[in-house]
Amino acid sequence: MKFVDEYRDRTRVQSVQRELASLVEPGRTVRVMEVCGGHTHAIYKHGLGELVPPELDFLHGPGCPVCVIPMGRVDDAIALAHQPDVIFTTFGDMMRVPGGKRSLLDAKAAGADVRMVYSPLDALAIAREEPERHVVFFGVGFETTAPATALTLLRARTLGVPNFSVFCNHVTIEPPLRTILEAPDSQVDAFIAPGHVSTIVGTRPYEFIAGQYGKPVVVAAFEPVDILQSAAMILRQLREGRAAVENQYTRVVRRNGNPTALAALAATMELRDTFEWRGLGWIERSGLKLRSAFAEWDAEERFTLPGRRIADPKACSCGKVLVGAAKPWECKVFGTACTPERPLGTCMVSSEGACAAYYAYGRRS
Amino acid sequence: MKLQDDVVTLAHGAGGKASRALVEQVFLPELDNPLLAPLADAALLDVKGTRLAFTTDSFVVRPLFFPGGDIGSLAVNGTVNDLAVSGARPLALSAGLVIEEGFPVADLRRIAASLARAAATAGVAVAAGDTKVVERGSADGVFVNTSGVGVVAPRVQLGPERVQPGDRVLVSGPIGDHGIAVLAARGDLKLELDLVSDCASVLRPAQRLLALGDAVRVMRDPTRGGLATTLNELATGVSIVLDEQALPVRPAVQGACEILGLDPLYIANEGKIVAIVAPEVADAARAALGRRAVVIGEVRAHDPGLVLLDTAVGGTRVVDMLVGDPLPRIC
Repeated sequence: MKFVDEYRDRTRVQSVQRELASLVEPGRTVRVMEVCGGHTHAIYKHGLGELVPPELDFLHGPGCPVCVIPMGRVDDAIALAHQPDVIFTTFGDMMRVPGGKRSLLDAKAAGADVRMVYSPLDALAIAREEPERHVVFFGVGFETTAPATALTLLRARTLGVPNFSVFCNHVTIEPPLRTILEAPDSQVDAFIAPGHVSTIVGTRPYEFIAGQYGKPVVVAAFEPVDILQSAAMILRQLREGRAAVENQYTRVVRRNGNPTALAALAATMELRDTFEWRGLGWIERSGLKLRSAFAEWDAEERFTLPGRRIADPKACSCGKVLVGAAKPWECKVFGTACTPERPLGTCMVSSEGACAAYYAYGRRS
Repeated sequence: MKLQDDVVTLAHGAGGKASRALVEQVFLPELDNPLLAPLADAALLDVKGTRLAFTTDSFVVRPLFFPGGDIGSLAVNGTVNDLAVSGARPLALSAGLVIEEGFPVADLRRIAASLARAAATAGVAVAAGDTKVVERGSADGVFVNTSGVGVVAPRVQLGPERVQPGDRVLVSGPIGDHGIAVLAARGDLKLELDLVSDCASVLRPAQRLLALGDAVRVMRDPTRGGLATTLNELATGVSIVLDEQALPVRPAVQGACEILGLDPLYIANEGKIVAIVAPEVADAARAALGRRAVVIGEVRAHDPGLVLLDTAVGGTRVVDMLVGDPLPRIC
């Protein structure tokens, strides 16, 4: 399959493996954080951890949009789903994410009309087909998914669809990276920056990491050859004593991103003063809300939500895992009280979470 | 996995860990008996020295008609295949239909014809039947249950306990066709795929395989939960190591999985056999299972209980049972 096979080619992988071996300094560990859950998933799915030299250590970052939604917001979503005449629409991977007690899957089993969609436009289509009911779309994700929500809002306004709203939980990529860099126990030497987010935002938002913190950043695609090549680009920067933002995903990502998508985002959404992240706590100017011009389509304006804050479970070490200060298996509830079937902490809730990926693909005696 | 839910969710119907927890912790404690306990595809009853295989299955697929089959052919083949991989030759089937008020009789005729055609192909009669009609909204069109009995030849010995390190793992053809074909047929993804369900009887290849005798350790049909879940059920006391490059996956299935973030290893099949055989008969088993059959892995002694995958790029990872439900109502 074009655009897949060539990036899973064993000969190419072996050639990058040799390059990596030549770039590490024996005995000196380099800790590279892949920010995006898609990268974490790919690293485990393809077994890349054992293909790199022991001196190269992958740390798994906070870029799983499903994992970082706080439990209180999931409870708000469940409350919305239980409103009379509401059809609550969501991406499939939010269905199993637990709130304080229950998930949307449980809400569906209890009678709420919860439907899985693949795009917010599908949710808008449901609203037009069922004008007597109100359709809420659960907007989650970084700048990757936020533009689709933005375009849907613009279309809802153009078409004048009154029975549609968005429960906006979109977040932005830059603030959590700053939080990780400022964390006292953070051990990150360099970043593999998220490929899909960067197709929208470009490579410029990462320039502060190289400029202010002196750490290399490489924007990477998601196939094995891509991830290993990015690691080699990072090692080369470190060896040459440089810190820059480089782009491995040149087949898609441009420095200025996607101006059309960014314009749609700017037209419909603005930064909240602060937003809570599971595992990372409150981060200033990190979450997006709908602009007041779109209040008519804002579920938070149209409905009264419980808005209760629920603290992360004390037993889990998600906060440490998310900043790269601990590995999944070092958490004392990993695989016992916290499993993909019954997740306690943020990193276990989606298949892209570090703990879930390790549990599903990495576990061996 | 401990069952902690107060109510049943769709995850309990997906054929993975949650389904197993539901069966093991709600039904098994109440119904416990030596015939049911192995939770195999069919129970084996001894009737005066003749071994009868007995099985039942319910079908709730949506849409009812999909490329390559419909709920009628699916209901017959599903039960025939459970008997076939248990080493049995089917004797007779029953079919029970729960029909929603308002369902078109023309569609019911199509389903009846399809039941008959699939039964004739498998060489088995539908010897008993039942229909019930429920109020509109109490069922989604038609649900079908089929049960089947078959005879297991005296020499046939199959079971996961017979699997040994060194044995080879085979699959009779490309994986994931059924699940992806049904998903595409639903239309909400607007996927246009050149793909039909593999819904078919596996009786003939199963019987050809059985002719190889003792060297055939166990057979299964990897339906809900896919190949990964089936192999996890077989890896007890041993590990199974798969070769990713050997896994047969059609480009249409691979492409749909790449787009949707699914893994073909977890997608349902409705006309495939996974077999574990002694290494010396691997070639003969491949020939018996048909021209698309391939050896996909090997049984090993290390890491007992785990299914592992040697990835195409040279890494290794664990292949767990299905946890959630990527695709509801596929069978």
